[in-house]
Amino acid sequence: MASDTLTSSARTDAEITGLDALEIAGRDKEVSRGTRLWAATWPKLAALAIAIAAWQLVVLSGWKPPYSLPGPLEVGRELMAQAQSPQLWDGLVTTLRRAAVGYVFSVAVGLLLGLAVARSTVLRAAIGSMITALQTMPSIAWFPLAILLFELSEKAIFFVVVLGAAPSIANGVISGVDYVPPLLLRAGRNLGARGLNLYRYVIAPAALPAIVAGLKQGWAFSWRSLMAGELLVVGISQTSLGAQLTYSRELSDAPWLLSTMIVILVVGLVVDAAFGAADKAIRRRWGVLDQAGQ
Amino acid sequence: MTSTTTTPQSATTAVALSGVTKVYGRGASAVLALDGVSLDVAPGEFVCLVGASGCGKSTLLNLVAGLDRVSGGQITLAGDANPGLMFQEPALFPWLTVDANVEVPLKLRRLPRAQRRERVAELLRTVHLADFGRKRPHELSGGMRQRVALARTLALDTRVLLMDEPFGALDAMTRDILHDELERIWSERQLSVLFVTHNVREAARLADRIILLSSRPGRIIYSTEVNIPRPRRIDSPEVAAIAAEVTERLRTEVGRHGQ
Repeated sequence: MASDTLTSSARTDAEITGLDALEIAGRDKEVSRGTRLWAATWPKLAALAIAIAAWQLVVLSGWKPPYSLPGPLEVGRELMAQAQSPQLWDGLVTTLRRAAVGYVFSVAVGLLLGLAVARSTVLRAAIGSMITALQTMPSIAWFPLAILLFELSEKAIFFVVVLGAAPSIANGVISGVDYVPPLLLRAGRNLGARGLNLYRYVIAPAALPAIVAGLKQGWAFSWRSLMAGELLVVGISQTSLGAQLTYSRELSDAPWLLSTMIVILVVGLVVDAAFGAADKAIRRRWGVLDQAGQ
Repeated sequence: MTSTTTTPQSATTAVALSGVTKVYGRGASAVLALDGVSLDVAPGEFVCLVGASGCGKSTLLNLVAGLDRVSGGQITLAGDANPGLMFQEPALFPWLTVDANVEVPLKLRRLPRAQRRERVAELLRTVHLADFGRKRPHELSGGMRQRVALARTLALDTRVLLMDEPFGALDAMTRDILHDELERIWSERQLSVLFVTHNVREAARLADRIILLSSRPGRIIYSTEVNIPRPRRIDSPEVAAIAAEVTERLRTEVGRHGQ
């Protein structure tokens, strides 16, 4: 009897290992880093080339005089010149500093607000829909009030940046917490995670993808609000990127204007790419990318 | 009314339910899910709960697991460890590796790091997944995920295992093998198991005792000991005979609702 049990358990072991090997087979497909990078890069380069070509064609068509719409070559030369002068870098530093301060503060406000609303039914009933309403308010519409409250100061810009970004971040947290699978909550509670531990071990990691989406959207809002603010609240700083846009327009310096715009675009793209990478890393960990055939 | 208590009791019962009632909602819309269910699970006993839809099987497990409160009656658990609960889905945390999933209950119990490592390795060996600790749940098959879930539940160091149709979503071959595995682990670790299923053959394959619950509300209507020697095979005539008997009773119960 005992030996019978032993052989049967040895057989079971072999069966299990065999079944696992069959089920796992073909799930690992490794693509080299270089291949993946190139696959992600070339469409972007091609699109950029097409955009520049179209721009050049419009310029060649003579639709607008070259002093209001210069060609890509001229703007490129201006950009190189700008890159060698401190003005552009000072402007970039000023703008990025404002963006960072405003964004970090927005993240703090957004996370706390989102968590509070997600936890409390009373708070949700009271201000849940207001957060969404705030999100739909064009940030530029806040500026007249901000200028009345804080005059033409950095505070006015800060005020609008936070109002623009915090609701998106809060919404991300709320939807993240709302959509934590109830099954995972039950499993977590059964494993001994109660109270704060339930947040640490289950809710926070489960909500992370939605929170990152909220952070990304919050960044987009704060960057736009900041640009609007710098255009409107000129005079407090000579060098911010927004101020340079205003000055270049006043001086009818189209190459300067366009090269500044390109810098603003590139900053937005770089930050967006960072969020995209974070988002992708999370989805890979969760195994969501595999199902999408990536 | 009385509430759930979790106090150390005599060693003769691992789980004791006496007159457990559960009502959802209140007033006119109140639904009676469980009506006076009394049931003792002896230490080391394997009890299968069988019933059609709406018999409150899952409700019962939630109550024993302490995830929900009884409306009446009492649930008593021997020992101090809370019972481990397994679901039809593995309910693994997708953001953690297999190792880290199994480690969660150990971390929550504040075990030192070295001890945690050792326990995780031991538990994964128990479920034959020693080589898969670095994988993430989505890289595993359904049966493997369910075994990770079993290892994670065993990490609670509990003597009581509550299983809510844990093999319901698996193919027949994987299920048969997991029956063997569960039987082995159950007897090695001397667990008391309360196993919910609607698969009568599965119940006859695994149980020391099969309990049949009626539907809406859930009441115990039939109970039978399964005295087939182990290890059993699901396709053996003895298992089939028990299954046929229980199926007959189950059909009568289901038919009652069609009248």
